[in-house]
Amino acid sequence: MGDAQSRHRRHVVFDHCRSRHLLELPIFGTICLLSSSLTVHAAVSALRKGNMSRCTLALALTVLLGTIFLVTTALEWRHLIYDAGLTIKTNLFGTTYYSLVGLHASHVIVGLLLLLTALLFSLTGRVTEAHSERMEALSLYWHFVDGVWVVVFLVVYVLGR
Amino acid sequence: MATVTQGMGAIGQTDQTPPATQPPRQSVIHEWLTTVDHKKIGIMYIVYALLFLVVGGFQALLMRIQLAIPDNHFVSPQIFNRLFTMHGTTMVFFVGVPILFGFGNYLIPLMIGARDMAFPRLNAFSFWLSAFGGLLLYFSYFAGSGLYGAGSAPDVGWFAYAPLTAKVFSPGHSTDYWTLSVLMSGIGTTATAINIVATVLCMRCKGMTLTRMPLLVWLYLVSSCMIFVAVSPLSAAQIMLCIDRYLGAHFFDTQAGGSAVLWMHFFWIFGHPEVYILILPAFAFMNEIIPVFSRKAIFGYPAMVAASVGIGFVSLSVWAHHMFTVGMGPVGNTFFVFATMVVSVPTGIKMFNWLATIWGGKVVYKVPMMFAAGFLFQFLIAGLTGIMLSAAPFDWQLSASYFVVAHFHYVLVGGILFSLFAAFYYWYPKMTGRMLSEKLGKWHFWLFLIGFHVTFDLMHVPGLLGMPRRIYTYEAGRGWEIWNLLVGVGALIQTVGTLIFVYNLIHSYFRGKEAGPDPWDAWTLEWFTSSPPPAYNFAIEPTVGSRRPLWDLKHPEDPDSSYE
Repeated sequence: MGDAQSRHRRHVVFDHCRSRHLLELPIFGTICLLSSSLTVHAAVSALRKGNMSRCTLALALTVLLGTIFLVTTALEWRHLIYDAGLTIKTNLFGTTYYSLVGLHASHVIVGLLLLLTALLFSLTGRVTEAHSERMEALSLYWHFVDGVWVVVFLVVYVLGR
Repeated sequence: MATVTQGMGAIGQTDQTPPATQPPRQSVIHEWLTTVDHKKIGIMYIVYALLFLVVGGFQALLMRIQLAIPDNHFVSPQIFNRLFTMHGTTMVFFVGVPILFGFGNYLIPLMIGARDMAFPRLNAFSFWLSAFGGLLLYFSYFAGSGLYGAGSAPDVGWFAYAPLTAKVFSPGHSTDYWTLSVLMSGIGTTATAINIVATVLCMRCKGMTLTRMPLLVWLYLVSSCMIFVAVSPLSAAQIMLCIDRYLGAHFFDTQAGGSAVLWMHFFWIFGHPEVYILILPAFAFMNEIIPVFSRKAIFGYPAMVAASVGIGFVSLSVWAHHMFTVGMGPVGNTFFVFATMVVSVPTGIKMFNWLATIWGGKVVYKVPMMFAAGFLFQFLIAGLTGIMLSAAPFDWQLSASYFVVAHFHYVLVGGILFSLFAAFYYWYPKMTGRMLSEKLGKWHFWLFLIGFHVTFDLMHVPGLLGMPRRIYTYEAGRGWEIWNLLVGVGALIQTVGTLIFVYNLIHSYFRGKEAGPDPWDAWTLEWFTSSPPPAYNFAIEPTVGSRRPLWDLKHPEDPDSSYE
């Protein structure tokens, strides 16, 4: 009984991996994350020019887009774990997939916490033009997170097909 | 056009602080705990490492006593496994790395005429993180199997091969203490490397182009760049091991499609460059000490820089010579044989340049130079046994035997530790304002030299006779007994020498001869400051016109640029 169940699960994972709409959610998430790099760049430019309200708006958009990315990852994982039965323990693919995407996601979470802090300071009017270098350092971290995602996406979703 | 260093004022007159009264003891402790001064942080790294040197040395002594006679029961096999694991991990991560970064932290800003490192708070963070890592490793003695089970230190060897480290073969938490402490120390090391690169590239004083930097600073720069490349795989491997052990992943689980050999690749991609990261600062000390005690500028400065950079690059490509017995196939093996042999070429260039520096010079035979001479001889021999091992078929016979143990201790102790001792005798006056006793230094040198050679020369023999490493005992009648006994005797002689050194350090702090700013008649900027230097290093930013700014000051009619 257990053997038939696990065989069924392996079929589901196999079929799942070949279907085309596997990529819809990750592509949407990727677009959101890449756009968030543009918005954080806009935030830094606005801050350099002293345009505080635009900076706040751009930061808020960045946080929103980053959060959407995390949500798409969470949805994808829920589908993989509960519907397809793929966990980090299942096989080597599971191990490497969850480790790669998971470690990336944890860097996204850290970045979002930092961005959220910056957003809160900005909303309460405590950010000034003098802070532009610090904001740029934060945006560099966010660009790095984005860049790594491009590589992860290519390796896992495109080349791994 | 070369210019002469000028306008710096007299040597030693950089301190313009008014004399201070004795602060209360509490605020002294607070000062050291919260300092961001690179000199204090450097000294903390060095003292921390010396404490662990004594602990690691004690672990070595226990092992040598256990192995001195066949079928011995001085320690159990389980304890022996923990001893060699802790000895190796302690010596590499909590002695080697901190002590070399301690010297780097202290010397680099002084040598480039800067006020401090580029990121002083990051500097302090690195130190405390690394220090915590060491304490975490030793906490495993109490908590290795959970606080309510008996504690036990990790026993998986300092390179912790899979699948021994899998949860099923190493239950309990001792392996996790190893993993986490090394991970933490790696983060601290990376942060210090960032600091060094930023400082060297951005904070050199006026006139100090890259080609006028002291060679010590060059070598630390190369070492730091290697750290970026080498420590990342180690951190990644540690995280993968944690994921394997706690989330049931299969990275190193061959039966589930992973690979135990993967751990070996990850570890040795770190592990081999790591030993070069350790030796480059040792070369750095030699680059400063040998010229001063030969009264001659270093021979072939540009070649030295090129060789150091070359060593940095090539050493990143030799890691699998630790894996010749794993079965990588003839193509793989051959590549690593060649790469390992190639790395000896730039190293050889450095050796020849040191010899060319001494040749024709007027050698001052003081303790730093004695240790430097020991270094030159011993590092050469260590390199030769390394080349022997680089031939894969030779390594197939001797891998995991005492020949390998003898080889790497020859480099680490005969090379790095001797160079470190030289550095201690050379820079202690700068750090404390007092000279170390020359007489005690000579006792230290000769005892340690004899003990080192008795132990590590003879250790090659049991290796050649087939004695494997990491065994806790051996049966009589294999011809290994006399060698192991003598190796142990040498260890005891080294212990006595080291104790004399420690006594010298402490005694000279209170009773040593006053040093003054420049006791060795040296040429680099740190000797321009008082001993010890004021908190801000230089009252006026120096301007240099050559590689040996103090030579220019002392010999204005004969500028150093004419020696280039």
